[in-house]
Amino acid sequence: MKVSFETIDNILIAQLEGELDHHTAKEVRDEVDKTIDAFFIKHLLFDFNKVTFMDSSGIGVIIGRYNKIHDMNGRVGVVNCNKYVDKIFEVSGLYSIIEKFSNLNEAIKSINE
Amino acid sequence: MDYNNKMRLEFINKSENESFARVAVAAFISQTDPTIEELIEIKTAISEAVTNSIIHAYEKNEEGIIVIQCSINGQTIEIIIEDYGIGISDIEKAREPLYTSKPEQERSGMGFTVMETFMDEVEVQSVPGEGTKVILTKTLNKD
Repeated sequence: MKVSFETIDNILIAQLEGELDHHTAKEVRDEVDKTIDAFFIKHLLFDFNKVTFMDSSGIGVIIGRYNKIHDMNGRVGVVNCNKYVDKIFEVSGLYSIIEKFSNLNEAIKSINE
Repeated sequence: MDYNNKMRLEFINKSENESFARVAVAAFISQTDPTIEELIEIKTAISEAVTNSIIHAYEKNEEGIIVIQCSINGQTIEIIIEDYGIGISDIEKAREPLYTSKPEQERSGMGFTVMETFMDEVEVQSVPGEGTKVILTKTLNKD
């Protein structure tokens, strides 16, 4: 799995590409944590546009980063989830703490308001 | 007459094999002409079951065997994921949403719930010290 980053204002956008399972979750976790620590960002968005597969390992990745960002009073969101990813987040109750946006513009606009 | 077929797959408990297992089973069941949706749902459920065996069944550094058997009986797919590891002492608790014995590894405890969401039936048989067997069933093109 490949992770690329972009920052807009104080928002870090993590673009995930490929398959997110237990095996690939560790490198995603490490990459995102390293980047959060290196840049002075407040909010975090995960872009799932290029995710071709995800199992419940994805939930842990998001919640783990939420705990970090939440401690700094930031917000965490997910963007561009396909219906399978969406279903997994929905049954896990993730949306009670994480915001869901249909695209990046909407997410950035909402966070900046 | 219904179309029938069977296969058996054996591999060791390396996390690299999570993707191998789900892709191999998907390739096998493709002969039944499933929808993309059914294929993704089955792949996700297998990934959950295989990940459970990899994370929980065997002690660290132990080379543990995981066996997958898949059978096609007409429109019904049955997948058995089996390990010979430590087993589950309280199956009911293990199946509870959000329950995990490995929170420090950022496991969400949603594996069985995801299997139940995407398959018709999920059966778990386990004997502590002997191993665990997860039986997943799904009938295709039900509509």
